[in-house]
Amino acid sequence: MIKLHDIHKYYRTGEQSLHVLKGVDLHIREGELVSIMGSSGSGKSTLLNILGVLDGFDRGSYVLAGHPVNNLKETEAARLRNKLLGFVFQSFNLLPFKNAAENVALPLYYQGVGRKERNYRAEQFLDMVGLSDRRTFMPNQLSGGQKQRVAIARALVANPKVILADEPTGQLDSHSTEEIVSLLKDIHRRGNTMIIVTHEQDIADQTERQIILRDGVTASTRELVQPHAATN
Amino acid sequence: MLDGLQEILFTLRQNKLRTVLTAFGVFWGIFMLVLLLGAGRGMQNGIYEDFGSDVLDFVLIWSGETSLAYNGMGPGRRIQLNLADIEAVSRQVPGIRLISAERYVENGNTTYGRKSSNSQILGIPDEYFQVKEDVPFNFGRRINPLDLDETRKVVLIGSAVAERLFAKGEDPIGKEVRVKDVVMKVAGVFHDKGDRGQNSERVIMPLTTMQKMYGGGAITSNIWLRPEKGVDGFELEKKVIGLLKRRHDVAPDDKRGINSFNMAEPATRVNGLFVGINVFIWFVGLGTLMAGIVGISNIMIITVKERTKEIGIRKALGATPFSIVSTLLLESLLVTGIAGYLGLLFGVGLLELVAFGLRSTGAKLPYFLNPSVDFQAAITAVFLLVGVGILAGLMPALRAAKITPTEAMRAG
Repeated sequence: MIKLHDIHKYYRTGEQSLHVLKGVDLHIREGELVSIMGSSGSGKSTLLNILGVLDGFDRGSYVLAGHPVNNLKETEAARLRNKLLGFVFQSFNLLPFKNAAENVALPLYYQGVGRKERNYRAEQFLDMVGLSDRRTFMPNQLSGGQKQRVAIARALVANPKVILADEPTGQLDSHSTEEIVSLLKDIHRRGNTMIIVTHEQDIADQTERQIILRDGVTASTRELVQPHAATN
Repeated sequence: MLDGLQEILFTLRQNKLRTVLTAFGVFWGIFMLVLLLGAGRGMQNGIYEDFGSDVLDFVLIWSGETSLAYNGMGPGRRIQLNLADIEAVSRQVPGIRLISAERYVENGNTTYGRKSSNSQILGIPDEYFQVKEDVPFNFGRRINPLDLDETRKVVLIGSAVAERLFAKGEDPIGKEVRVKDVVMKVAGVFHDKGDRGQNSERVIMPLTTMQKMYGGGAITSNIWLRPEKGVDGFELEKKVIGLLKRRHDVAPDDKRGINSFNMAEPATRVNGLFVGINVFIWFVGLGTLMAGIVGISNIMIITVKERTKEIGIRKALGATPFSIVSTLLLESLLVTGIAGYLGLLFGVGLLELVAFGLRSTGAKLPYFLNPSVDFQAAITAVFLLVGVGILAGLMPALRAAKITPTEAMRAG
């Protein structure tokens, strides 16, 4: 599903350039639940952005569900994101002036799906995350856990190939964290490929495979074969 | 498309204050421009109104006493123009659209019953009306060729004369009045605003009738000229004066023997004035418009900045740069277009209201008449504003579409 080979990424700030990713190799199969771990500054957000076609890279190759992702035009990248990827962000990133159902329906709007069909599918997915009674609530009327569930419904609504979650529980209390993690696992069990970026060990422990980006600047990857193995 | 529009209307409703402020800036720009243009036109109309009823390209020629000796004749000789001069001029000078005699006899009383009015008395040929082609005739008719051929005893009386002789509501047409003790029939009443209305105190009769009544043969007091279209009136005037001076043995540089007045001269001056006024109006108007444009640009920049995070989220969800840019531009097009149209509507409406008020109350403002707006200019202004508004939105919109979603989301 995802093949990264020798990915390099530099950040240029004025004269200096920061070598953030120094040859990342990554292979994620269809239907896998994978976590990417690493301390802050390890480059895991950068890697996620590249995986999500939100940001480009300087060297290497990336194939997403059979589509080579290389120096894409922004329009092409947008289309890939829309069709193949679903995002769950740490800060939810719901549009504050749209209610829950409208937020969920947004990716379908960009697919050119008609309003009626959009609303129908949005309701279905809100139902799935257990928020069918909060359909017309605005984001500021929802709790953190509820917001994240709306965001998950939004990530799923367009039937993406891969779901990318960036610290999905980073702003949640322990109770909501549990809820969200079990919801994500639930979704994975239905056959979705899912990548969760986190720095919380107990969340990573619940995934099938942990990929560790180590050492802030010097990026290297290590794959742990056992799904529930503890790391050193 | 409809979906997109709904999306846009939704965002606009979401930012009511900003929308209203932007719209008001555009509205005000157009509104002021329309008012200025209208007021300018009103002034123009008012000043032209003051020019009287004459066409604006005539040349008037009259004679006096010579001031220089010439050809063996001393100064102080009285020159009398005649109809043969008119013949000769129209035969020998090309480019004349119209030439007409106009003869005065000594002022005298026109009486009807017991009322009388002292008036100028004119005799004219048929062509004369082409010089006065803009004079409205309130009643009756003009003098026609038959009157001249048959030397009928008919007169046209000015509106001031009619007011003095006839009671209100009484129709002067067909009534018999006495002009210097000769009974004549009133054929028409005219109103001529020239000379502050004093031209309406005249009594006009056919030239042939005048010749029969007062003798004097084929003389004329004045000669009226109009150049053909495209012919320089000043050149023509010079040629005609030259010819007349030769015919009457007047020294070429004699300023008094034969005099002339060319209406084109003050007309040119006034036209120049209006060019100036128009330049000024457009300058101020475009200034106002520019303020509106700067307003739109500012608000578009703020809009885009404020919505950077939203744009980032939308991009992450699959919005293409095109959809981002077109949505933003359509938004600004919608706001500026509607506001501009409303400004146009209100501006024109107010002008019409003022014009209607002036007309219906009959109030006369000095130098102000019939304010109206050149609709094409106003439409141009609206399109200009809307176009620039879009252009102003384009730069920040393009920039917003270019930054990566991650960057955009971080901005919020």
